Amino acid sequence: MTHRLLGLGLLAVVLALLPLGLPNNFYLDMAILAGLNAIVCVGLNLLVGFAGQVSLGHAGFFGIGAYATAVLVSTHKWPALLALAAGALLSAVIAFAVARPILRLKGHYLAMATLGIGIIISIVLRTETRITGGPDGMIVDPLNVFGFEVYGERVWYWVVAGLLLVTVWLALNLIDSPVGRALRALHGSEVAAETLGVDTARFKAMVFVLSAVFASVAGSLFAHYAGLITPAKADFLKSVELVTMVVFGGMASTFGAVVGAAILTVLPQLLTVFQDYQHMMLGLILMLTMVFMPKGLLPTLAGLVQARTSLGGRR
Amino acid sequence: MSALHRHRTDALPEEPPASAPRAAAPLLRVEGLSREFGGVLAVADLSFTIAAGTVHSIIGPNGAGKTTLFNLITGVYRPSGGRVLFDGRDVTGMAPYRLAALGLSRTFQNLQIFMNMTAVENVMVGRHRHLDTRLLPALLRLPSLVRRDHAAADRAAELMRAVGLERYVGTDAASMPYGALKRLEIARALAAEPKLLLLDEPAAGLNATEKKEIGAVIRRIADTGITVVLVEHDMKMVMGLSDHILALNYGRKLAEGRPEEVARDPDVVAAYLGSHG
Amino acid sequence: MAEFLQYLVTGVTIGSIYALAALGFAIVYNASHVINFAQGEFIMIGGMATATLTAAGVPLPLAILAGIAGAMLVGVLIAKFAVERARNASVVTLIIITIGASIFLRGLAEVVWGKEFHRLDSFSGNAPLMLGGAVVTTQSLWVLGVTAALILATGLFFNRTMAGKAMLATSHNRLAAQLVGVNVRHVVLAAFALSAALGAMGGAVVAPITYSYTEMGIMLGLKGFAAAALGGLGNGVGAVAGGLIVGIAESLSAGYISSAYKDAVAFVIIVAVLVFMPGGLFGRAGTERV
Ligand SMILES: Nc1ncnc2c1ncn2[C@@H]1O[C@H](COP(=O)(O)OP(=O)(O)OP(=O)(O)O)[C@@H](O)[C@H]1O
Ligand SMILES: [Mg+2]
Repeated sequence: MTHRLLGLGLLAVVLALLPLGLPNNFYLDMAILAGLNAIVCVGLNLLVGFAGQVSLGHAGFFGIGAYATAVLVSTHKWPALLALAAGALLSAVIAFAVARPILRLKGHYLAMATLGIGIIISIVLRTETRITGGPDGMIVDPLNVFGFEVYGERVWYWVVAGLLLVTVWLALNLIDSPVGRALRALHGSEVAAETLGVDTARFKAMVFVLSAVFASVAGSLFAHYAGLITPAKADFLKSVELVTMVVFGGMASTFGAVVGAAILTVLPQLLTVFQDYQHMMLGLILMLTMVFMPKGLLPTLAGLVQARTSLGGRR
Repeated sequence: MSALHRHRTDALPEEPPASAPRAAAPLLRVEGLSREFGGVLAVADLSFTIAAGTVHSIIGPNGAGKTTLFNLITGVYRPSGGRVLFDGRDVTGMAPYRLAALGLSRTFQNLQIFMNMTAVENVMVGRHRHLDTRLLPALLRLPSLVRRDHAAADRAAELMRAVGLERYVGTDAASMPYGALKRLEIARALAAEPKLLLLDEPAAGLNATEKKEIGAVIRRIADTGITVVLVEHDMKMVMGLSDHILALNYGRKLAEGRPEEVARDPDVVAAYLGSHG
Repeated sequence: MAEFLQYLVTGVTIGSIYALAALGFAIVYNASHVINFAQGEFIMIGGMATATLTAAGVPLPLAILAGIAGAMLVGVLIAKFAVERARNASVVTLIIITIGASIFLRGLAEVVWGKEFHRLDSFSGNAPLMLGGAVVTTQSLWVLGVTAALILATGLFFNRTMAGKAMLATSHNRLAAQLVGVNVRHVVLAAFALSAALGAMGGAVVAPITYSYTEMGIMLGLKGFAAAALGGLGNGVGAVAGGLIVGIAESLSAGYISSAYKDAVAFVIIVAVLVFMPGGLFGRAGTERV
């Protein structure tokens, strides 16, 4: 569909022009962090938004990627890409192992189980001090790809922007394929999907693993970029942050996930002007947005635009 | 119309035409099937067979166990006892998606439309088992996958035309009227190219004209050689379409036979008409 | 043996708080099918209010009552302005709304009470009792006594009073309750108020044991949720049992296995149980109607 490529092209243009509008490295840094969150959210949105399966534990996979990189690269001197792949593989294996039993659960029970898995992962990372450095975390070597060191905000920006584009492209491809339709179908009606030949357990596991891998890769890159990784990046609050980005931007909207990640990465920084009141403001904004736009930002705006144009057309 | 015909010639060549002498082995055999809910038997020790190429109706008052029977046959519920044999194979307790692969397809009394998709996408999900459902080709949008997807979309649109939904192809399912959604479920079920199609009250909630149209659609489906099992309260439709009728009450068989036999059966008249009178 | 008894006492004490939180989850879930992630903040409010008010010279009983009243007010406001307006939103959206509420409440608590730890003296002195070789602090007894009384009172409320029966009826069949004249909106508000009161009271009695700080509600709330799910969501008796099971398991594994993994115990249990019993320990395994 040209519709698909249009959105992707628009995103590419925005990403290409964005550095021109960012006056210094502080803003570039925010854009990089937003981009890494967006990569996680695009994957998470496949699970939560399209397949309709809640996860309150995806920061766990972000953490596994980050710590795999930290441990393998910094302690064991593995090549960065190999470590990234190893982290992704570990995340995939763990996700696959838990996927079938827990994705049989529905609604709040699924939320509970994924929350539990995420917390268990973060507690392991916090506790296995000899390997992970415990609550203080670990210093991580810079990203080195075939002898080239990725260094400085500008270079990092292009790396993350490129990867985000690829992620969005993959997600858009998936959604508009038999797999994507199977995922959306099992969200719409699990029983109907089953009776039409969709092995719903297989597809739930598939998208759970896929979203875990996206999170893990973003975690690996984050570890390199930040140079320091702590267990807080894998904990419950981080998981909540990720889901919130997805829902805030708009469930079942890939670009919504990107927008949600961008806004909710930047917003807390902007709210620091409220100093002591920043957390109150953040909580309030979340509540109000979700109460008044339960479908999230992008779908609500798209709905408004559509209503406008169809009204105009009738006149 | 043409879509339905192509359906037979292309997809089910091994199936004997409807007029051929019926094979001795039935397409579906149900033996002593039971299912209880909280101590109450919704289906009780039920046995019957369905011959290939027929329209077989199942009637009975509300709560007789018709939908439960469909759920047992299609693997949605597990039976408490008894067996289901499809095409000579014991399929008792088999997962619905496996049964779908064997050629079983159904619609639902309470609409189970994918409201988060367009109409044509709903029907395309019906093509699921005929498409490339691997992850990697989908992520990379391989040309071979795209080609088959386009063909599936064409086929889906054709089926929508066959049930009279041509004007809704790209419409969001959520914004379609009830009557159209009823047909969309039929088109979706047909997209799977079933041998046996189970329709649970396809005419419920429709007006007289719509009922007539649905009746004609079912007739055409049956004419392509697909075996149809019909649950319906509209007796006129049932009498007009069926080769064979099974009447249930309280989960048990009340009567069985040719339409005119069952209609005359005093038990059926008492139970069924009594509660619907 | 004395050691085991000691772990048991510790486990039942903290398990009581989980049980109160879980009961709160169950009550709100029954009335509105919402999992209120701000439940832990009610505990925090109860603990913080009691600690800071008594430090300011307010008599203990009054401080506790003020904390409970504050939590109830907050609960009603959340129900009225957030949950009720989003009635038809998806499960995830509702989760985020209540999480937003909890972030807001923690932020508010930071502004009002600051980020530091607040101490609260034991209600009746620090001289511990000995019980078969195990040390039992008087505050543990307070926790146990208050929890038992609250659970009993809640049980009586739901089974003996008209209001309680109306709330139960609503949870079983919302429409039918509405038809016989129950105001389901009031039921939701009452459920939030009741669960807030239970949480705040729990926070007040546990404060001398755990100290109070603005983030104390996060883990207590999550473990309360785990306990509620363990017992089967919406099952009050199951929630209480779930709370005690989680508390005791946590204390035993901290004692015999590893104290570092203490916080993981609740979640290991709940994940393991849900894998085998998707409706919790005491949930009914109904067949979804199609
Ligand atoms: N999932 C379920 N859980 C509990 N009871 C059920 C379930 N499904 C069906 N029943 C019960 O089984 C009995 C048969 O119901 P069923 O839906 O099969 O009847 P039916 O013949 O399809 O009726 P109708 O004509 O109204 O559609 C009823 O008493 C019903 O309440
Ligand atoms: Mg029925």
